Amino acid sequence: MADLRSNFIGIKSPNPFWLASAPPTDKEYNVRRAFQAGWGGVVWKTLGSEGPPVVNVNGPRYGVVYGADRRVLGINNIELITDRPLEVNLREIKSVKRDYPDRALIISLMVPCDEDSWRDILARIEDTEADGVELNFGCPHGMAERGMGSAVGQVPEYIEMVTRWVKKHSRMPCIVKLTPNISDVTKPAEAAKRGGADAVSLINTINSITSVDLDLFAPQPTIDGKGSHGGYCGPAVKPIALNMVAEIARNPATAGLPISGIGGVTTWRDAAEFMALGAGNVQVCTAAMTYGFKVVQEMITGLHDYLDSHEMTLPDLIGRATPNVTDWQHLNLNYVTKAVIDQDACISCGRCYAACEDTSHQAIAMKPGRVFEVIEEECVACNLCIDVCPVEDCITMRELEIGEIDKRTGIPRGEYANWTTHPNNPMARAAE
Amino acid sequence: MSQARLSPGVVPGRLTPDQLAANFVDVAPPLDRHEARVAADRCYFCHDAPCITACPTGIDIPLFIRQIATDTPDAAAMTIFHANILGGMCARVCPTEQLCEGACVREAAEGKPVEIGALQRYATDGLMAQGVHPFKRAAPTGKRVAVVGAGPAGLAAAHRLAAKGHDVVILEARPKPGGLNEYGIASYKAVDGFAQAEVDWLMGIGGIELRHDQAIGRDITLAALQAEYDAVFLGMGLGGVNALRATGEDRQHVLDAVSFIRDLRQASDLGTLPVGRDVVVIGGGMTAVDAAVQARLLGAENVAIVYRRGQDRMGASRHEQDHATASGVRIICNAAPVAVHGNGAVTEVEFAYTIDGPDGLVLTEDRFRLKADQVFRAIGQRLDGAPDGLELAGGKIAVTGPGRTSLDGVWAGGDCAAGGDDLTVTAVAQGRDAAEDIDARLTGRPVEIPG
Repeated sequence: MADLRSNFIGIKSPNPFWLASAPPTDKEYNVRRAFQAGWGGVVWKTLGSEGPPVVNVNGPRYGVVYGADRRVLGINNIELITDRPLEVNLREIKSVKRDYPDRALIISLMVPCDEDSWRDILARIEDTEADGVELNFGCPHGMAERGMGSAVGQVPEYIEMVTRWVKKHSRMPCIVKLTPNISDVTKPAEAAKRGGADAVSLINTINSITSVDLDLFAPQPTIDGKGSHGGYCGPAVKPIALNMVAEIARNPATAGLPISGIGGVTTWRDAAEFMALGAGNVQVCTAAMTYGFKVVQEMITGLHDYLDSHEMTLPDLIGRATPNVTDWQHLNLNYVTKAVIDQDACISCGRCYAACEDTSHQAIAMKPGRVFEVIEEECVACNLCIDVCPVEDCITMRELEIGEIDKRTGIPRGEYANWTTHPNNPMARAAE
Repeated sequence: MSQARLSPGVVPGRLTPDQLAANFVDVAPPLDRHEARVAADRCYFCHDAPCITACPTGIDIPLFIRQIATDTPDAAAMTIFHANILGGMCARVCPTEQLCEGACVREAAEGKPVEIGALQRYATDGLMAQGVHPFKRAAPTGKRVAVVGAGPAGLAAAHRLAAKGHDVVILEARPKPGGLNEYGIASYKAVDGFAQAEVDWLMGIGGIELRHDQAIGRDITLAALQAEYDAVFLGMGLGGVNALRATGEDRQHVLDAVSFIRDLRQASDLGTLPVGRDVVVIGGGMTAVDAAVQARLLGAENVAIVYRRGQDRMGASRHEQDHATASGVRIICNAAPVAVHGNGAVTEVEFAYTIDGPDGLVLTEDRFRLKADQVFRAIGQRLDGAPDGLELAGGKIAVTGPGRTSLDGVWAGGDCAAGGDDLTVTAVAQGRDAAEDIDARLTGRPVEIPG
């Protein structure tokens, strides 16, 4: 059995599956149950400064986007950081960590943007025996209006400054949690690195309105007839998160900076994909909020099976796909494929035909008896037919041999060549 | 088991009222909103979908299912009703496994088609329950059309003609409208008086006058209708029942299955309906199954369907056959009746095994007898007393194109017309299409046949 033990910036956990800072990690009761269920670590829901706790709305906090059969594809929330007294949280953190020394326990923090506030809170958490801190620079609602959360995360200079304070006033490993509500995620990541962060975690939630109530004419969740944008998470945000993780992993300025991957991790496969792109571990929230803590057991067995079947260790997986993330200009323009429809597997639904005929390249013929065939002379290998086909592996792409004629262009397939040397590129350099 | 249940002969009250009530509940309970949306989500929205092609009325099934999936079931119902005004009944009685669901690509993919019939019922029931007729009539044309028969063909024709602005008079031989929907379908398929309710709802369009006890050849003549109306549509169905051609067929308790089904549908108290202890149904179609299953549900102890050809030739769909066997009916194939035995009343039916070879059906000398105190004939119906002057084909009214008969100004559709397949949905399509053709003739408008 593959060894799933994880060492992330010196923080050890029995597996790389942590619960993200969020409602599931709000209190001792939940966190104990999470650890009992098998979670490797927990980022405790964000603590604020000493004083009167924040207040939450008393109407709905969550909005949802459903797929088929009310499957949760995405949730947004307008919940704020912990609304429990600091003292209570600290006492509970200490109690849990004492009973679960093998699990990772990280404290998420968000206090006003001044050095005293950060020094004070770091002093308060010193004796909880927690393994590290995560700086919440991501929360996009409520706290941002008060100059915290994503209000900091959107300004790289602030990230660098606060991170520097944290490293100055604490010896704990420091993870900086990034907001996706920016234009270039590498900039805040670089700032975190300059400030001395041990790692970044991303993504936090995405500004969103999940739906509009067409009777009330108000965004959901609706509080007394009004709504405000919330933070979107769950399976729907995974593609956005994967890209941001990859951008940081392959950016020379941040290459090697440990990443805790967050954003729609729902299954072992999602987790493995984040890790292949460079995440050292993953954090999960929506899957637990949808299905309960038990989902981690599928993630554990799934990752075991995957690593075993590929004869890989966990460190082998981390970053293994990063070198294959490149810029468009470096893609091989002489890589030619053609769609192939397996007539035995085809159920004749015609979705490939409708998609190709109406919206692509008219490269599928519909023949008598509802037989669908690829017209290689027209096929640009866009993949849309495969994407819409309801039968897995019914349509596949066949790679042309080097030298084989592409019936669409009449040109034999050539060796690797990309846009940088393409004759149509006014900026083309001569091939070396 | 109670003594009443095993009483010999043809007697009422074999089961208690509670047992009867339980036996005759809705055979396929409706989907609720959540079930419907889950079922709808399975539809692939196929290109040029095979289910549409398989539907005699050409309902745009992927569209109506998508409308259900997006929570607009009334729009779904309108998609259905535009093509098939009796979509509510068709959702209940169509052999969907032979039509739309049989053609569903998910049947090919995984042997589990989208539940098109159940979804159609969900949509149509929802709209009809609102008690408002959703179609409006076009401006009056001043034309009058006679429709003979208030069955599926006649009702579909009448509704389409009324919608086009014509005034319609339906002449129906029986005391109630609906035709086989009212008189000829197993009661568990259309519970709670659905057939009558559907006609009432359909009539809500206005411009349709329904006259009862008006049988062609008895109370009215085709010639008189031709003289009085601008066009005539014949949809009177098949009044006669084929004979067994077995000796002793006239013995007591040898009945037509359609009569049994009719009496059962019209009975206010199922406990008063007599049924045999040992029942034999002869035939292989839907009517045979409906009669046999209902005999079981009334408390008959032994019920057998005997069909002269192989099981693959049975008119009843596989689903219907399975329903019969699951209800405790025995299906015997390749056996034809040769004699009905008994002294006054039937006591046994004698059958010969058959061989369905290249020379046709051959009765062998291999015989067997089934105990029977009640026998139902379900071997097809025939057109009795076709109006003079109409060309016939295969014993039915010959038609060309959208129901045009050999007489100018006279159209026909449904079971009485040649070329159909004795399905409600086909009758609806023929009535609708004939109505479009009549409208085109009367007004000079182009023929628009939806679907």
